[in-house]
Amino acid sequence: MAALVVLLFALAATGGLYAALAPAPKAQAQDSGQQSLAIEQGKKLYDVGCASCHNSNGQGSDDGPSLVGVGSAAVDFQVGTGRMPAQQPGPQVEKKKVIYTQAQIDQLAAYIASLGPGPAAPTKDQYSPADADVAKGGELFRTNCSQCHNFVGKGGALTHGKFAPSLKGSSSKHIYEAMQTGPQNMPSFPDSTMPSKDKADIIAYLHAVDTAQSPNPGGFTLGSLGPVSEGLFAWVFGLGTLLGLAVWLAARNTKAKKS
Amino acid sequence: MSTTTEEAPAQRGRPSNPGERVAEWADGRLGLYKFAKSNLRKVFPDHWSFMLGEICLYSFTILILTGVYLTLFFHPSMNEVVYHGSYTPLQGVRMSEAYSSTLHISFDVRGGLLVRQIHHWSALIFIAAMIVHMMRVFFTGSFRKPREINWLFGWTLLFLGMFTGFTGYSLPDDLLSGTGVRFMEGAILSVPIVGTYLSMFLFGGEFPGHDFVGRFYSIHILLLPGMMAGLLVLHLILVFFHKHTQFPGAGKTEKNVVGAPFFPIYTAKAGGFFFIVFGVIAAIAAVATVNPIWEMGPYRPDQVSTGAQPDWYMGFSEGLIRVMPGWEIRAWGHTLVLGVFIPLMIFPLVMMSIAAYPFIEAWVTGDKSEHHLADRPRNRPVRTGIGVAWLTVYFILLIGGGNDIFATHFHLSINAITWFVRVSFFVAPVITYWITKRICLGLQRRDRDKVLHGRETGIIKRLPHGEFIEVHEPLSQQQLHVLTAHAQPKPLTLAPEVDENGVARKAGPIAKVQARLSQNWYGEHSQIPKPTAEEYEEITSGHGHH
Ligand code: HEC
Ligand code: HEC
Ligand code: HEM
Repeated sequence: MAALVVLLFALAATGGLYAALAPAPKAQAQDSGQQSLAIEQGKKLYDVGCASCHNSNGQGSDDGPSLVGVGSAAVDFQVGTGRMPAQQPGPQVEKKKVIYTQAQIDQLAAYIASLGPGPAAPTKDQYSPADADVAKGGELFRTNCSQCHNFVGKGGALTHGKFAPSLKGSSSKHIYEAMQTGPQNMPSFPDSTMPSKDKADIIAYLHAVDTAQSPNPGGFTLGSLGPVSEGLFAWVFGLGTLLGLAVWLAARNTKAKKS
Repeated sequence: MSTTTEEAPAQRGRPSNPGERVAEWADGRLGLYKFAKSNLRKVFPDHWSFMLGEICLYSFTILILTGVYLTLFFHPSMNEVVYHGSYTPLQGVRMSEAYSSTLHISFDVRGGLLVRQIHHWSALIFIAAMIVHMMRVFFTGSFRKPREINWLFGWTLLFLGMFTGFTGYSLPDDLLSGTGVRFMEGAILSVPIVGTYLSMFLFGGEFPGHDFVGRFYSIHILLLPGMMAGLLVLHLILVFFHKHTQFPGAGKTEKNVVGAPFFPIYTAKAGGFFFIVFGVIAAIAAVATVNPIWEMGPYRPDQVSTGAQPDWYMGFSEGLIRVMPGWEIRAWGHTLVLGVFIPLMIFPLVMMSIAAYPFIEAWVTGDKSEHHLADRPRNRPVRTGIGVAWLTVYFILLIGGGNDIFATHFHLSINAITWFVRVSFFVAPVITYWITKRICLGLQRRDRDKVLHGRETGIIKRLPHGEFIEVHEPLSQQQLHVLTAHAQPKPLTLAPEVDENGVARKAGPIAKVQARLSQNWYGEHSQIPKPTAEEYEEITSGHGHH
């Protein structure tokens, strides 16, 4: 009950914050002047934060690939999940704290999109339409994603320390963009092989089974990792408890009763 | 032809109490009184490790009870249906009837999910308990004559238990279990020459076909549990008949059993323990999910998930396959998939060596006598070392079987884990064997000191001339018994090269191997001589310095 109340408060608070901070709906006329302003701002941000690796004008260097033609979706995903700017070297660039505001991310995206055409960041009715089909999404997820991300998106190992991350907490937009752009070791699922509607179904499925609100009819899920965590649990808590009780019971024999 | 006339049984007078009357009636036909008199007072020794078998027994009972409930609602059919039950994320999905009936049990049958979870958790605990029970029997040498046959019965139960578990896990026809069956099919296919035929036979055609759930169902609910129930009864009859082993102690000998009588004390305790086991498993099932088939989706041969493992008791075979290099030999248009076939062969080899162990040990030690006193593991360092080495390999293979989960949760490279398992598979058992043997010998040395010099009390005394000594307290009779009751056999030796008539005799190579092993087993590097009575006399008669 208490958890529910806290949750409601949290929801209300974020809702309020969003209303206060979200940019007021702009006039329809997003003229090219504003557009070129964004590109200019984006270039400035880029030259400070990104050019050291991706080289000037996104041409790429030994430290980072060329960004010409990656599109605004890739930038929104990479910077929006905190992967970019990349930091310490490791098997794979991991997500971390986001250091740019959404407005700045949009400027960066506008700049990089201007370097060459590529997949554009999706709109709200692309990634969360009203009529998404959860069951179909489940089937698509099991066919295309679960071999790396597990049945319900808990993540899994790839070779040499690389891994497919858990998808819990990924926003609908980022899930959509990940499919569009195929970050690092993930294959991309462009609209030609996976139409926008299918992507939305997958997102709806993940929301049904892999959020804090998803029902857990069986009790604690033990991470939904499959038999490894179940086996560990059976040994430690199942057999462990029973052994403890056996020791206790055996100590309670007629001999042990002094006097 | 008997000429003696039987006397009519003495009329005892009709009991007035109806209960007694029923008992009288039954006794007249079944001879219950006599049976009960001789058996209800049978004595069972008390030790927590002797209750491990009981955990197996009770979890098996729970499995049968919950399993019967599940059969009432489960449909062992692979006919395709479209789901319209109450679990929304699968609405309208095509699936087999087996899978849809399991969803039905989980979401629409009263108590169904709880019973399913009790059933699955008890299966996991049942086999874990069997392994621990087996290790108890192993480390205490309770498998020695006359109990070798019972060891074999127990071993067969373990073997059947694993396959009962595997077939049960395959029944719901979800994506995880289907992947497991696919794995098994792959293993069968790797068998040279007959593999393809065997697979076609088992699945009634090309995998997955339409038959395997129905077939596994008969095996899982009828064949294997029936065999297990029968064996279990035999197992228990033999325990009863041989009487239980006991640990050494004052008044406990090879000829008696000291403990509580079967009835009423032992039965009361055992009955109570049944409810404890049931309670613990039910509590676990009520709070923790096991095998959430609704998350996995129906089986389709074109789908797979990461983290696809078998239940833990098959984990070692998963580990063998995962770490084995993918070797192949291609010749004459055929492929021999060694990467799968070698692990497939190691599995029965390991199982067989467990079964044969009592006979191997008896052969090495040349021990033909009966044993009713359990060994303390430290007094048999080689056996204890072998047991620990085996457990090491088993544990390492379990890590191999879960290499992906270990990689993601400990931020390791899956390749590094695989190489670690490959190397440790060969190296680690040697190391743990050696360390265990050292520890056992150290403990034996400590026992010897304790017998001769008593227990260290921690009390320091200053003698008149200024020397400090620690006061040692002599052990009680009971403790002395525990520490010295074990026999210390001599290793087998080869007969002299020349017999008493001067005729040269040659020992065969087998006898030589036997003598070598026996030397290793009971030679001077494998046991610390326990104190003799004279040594004890000498030291305790007051000449000892402390
Ligand atoms: C420390 C070096 C480094 C910095 C700084 C850096 N990146 Fe990257 N970036 C990389 C590397 C390396 C990759 C390739 C990772 C991969 O996908 O394997 C990459 C990949 C990308 C991609 C994905 C390209 C694709 O093919 O989809 C985008 C988009 C991107 N970076 C944008 C940015 C932006 C915008 C910034 C500045 C905010 C930035 N990066 C800063 C190193 C860097
Ligand atoms: C070959 C394995 C593979 C497959 C198949 C795959 N992914 Fe991924 N996925 C990855 C890897 C690896 C990453 C991490 C990439 C990175 O960190 O840049 C990833 C990252 C993601 C992320 C970002 C998560 C985060 O932490 O921000 C999302 C969302 C995602 N995948 C969704 C999907 C969906 C949906 C599918 C199916 C359509 C899919 N993936 C299929 C390997 C895979
Ligand atoms: C269905 C599974 C099993 C059940 C229900 C079961 C039950 C029991 C019980 C109740 C006892 C007496 C109490 C005890 O020593 O714990 C016992 C003893 C014994 N069990 Fe099992 N057991 C099972 C599996 C096994 C296995 C897998 C082995 C070994 C391979 C084994 C070997 C033995 C032996 C040798 C004894 C005699 C021990 C002694 O007298 O000290 N059993 N079993």
